[in-house]
Amino acid sequence: MLIREVMQILNADVIWGEDFNIEIHTACGSDMMSDALAFVKDQGMLLTGLLNPQAVRTAEMLDMRCIVFVRGKVPGQDVIDLAKDCGIVLLSTKERMFTACGKLYKAGLGGGCELQ
Amino acid sequence: MKPITKRYEVLGDDFTHAGEASGKVKSMLRQLGYNSDAIRRVAIAMYEGEINMVIHANGGYAEVSVYPDRVEVLLSDTGPGIKDIELAMKEGYSTAPDEVRALGFGAGMGLSNIQKYTDDMRIESQVGVGTNMYMTILAQRPE
Repeated sequence: MLIREVMQILNADVIWGEDFNIEIHTACGSDMMSDALAFVKDQGMLLTGLLNPQAVRTAEMLDMRCIVFVRGKVPGQDVIDLAKDCGIVLLSTKERMFTACGKLYKAGLGGGCELQ
Repeated sequence: MKPITKRYEVLGDDFTHAGEASGKVKSMLRQLGYNSDAIRRVAIAMYEGEINMVIHANGGYAEVSVYPDRVEVLLSDTGPGIKDIELAMKEGYSTAPDEVRALGFGAGMGLSNIQKYTDDMRIESQVGVGTNMYMTILAQRPE
């Protein structure tokens, strides 16, 4: 799924980004960054309500390409600047976490983690 | 072969900049042409360790040695030390305060994540003195 498709499905606003044609293969929804860090897949996307720089740092370590902030949240300038440095697209959707994840899943975006 | 060794200071109580050293190591490994899986494992393990140092130990330093076949990381602090390492390693066990949880950490996943992504991990800790964590990440994980 392309980032621009994510934007349409979630009716999301762009906080920062340059390339919206990046393909996203899997996504992860979490406010606990260590839970997200337990998940490693290529070209991922993070959905979170966490607004501090560690959301971007976590995405950076995981080579994620996009972060969606749920419930209409928008991070501070320091977080936006860090995302720019890392080349990570930032979006904001008014949807809540559960609904945002559900809409993307229904549209074909998986979690990429099979139960062991 | 002599490794490329770098040392990074990790500031305590500075949650905003936590992860900077891991980000720098990631860029360095990329420039050196390391494979992306190994880079990610180094970055995640070191980042979790860095966060632990900020949360629990008032910072410290990280020393990273890059060999052609592996990366060795030492995270060293002079914090309170870990009383029961076996318990601390248990997934879900955490002594982090609530304000740390509000920042997205402290779920008791840090050490188990480090173990998962490294090929060798060793903790030496003395209560009241500090903790040294040694990690080795192989460039190619054996099949």
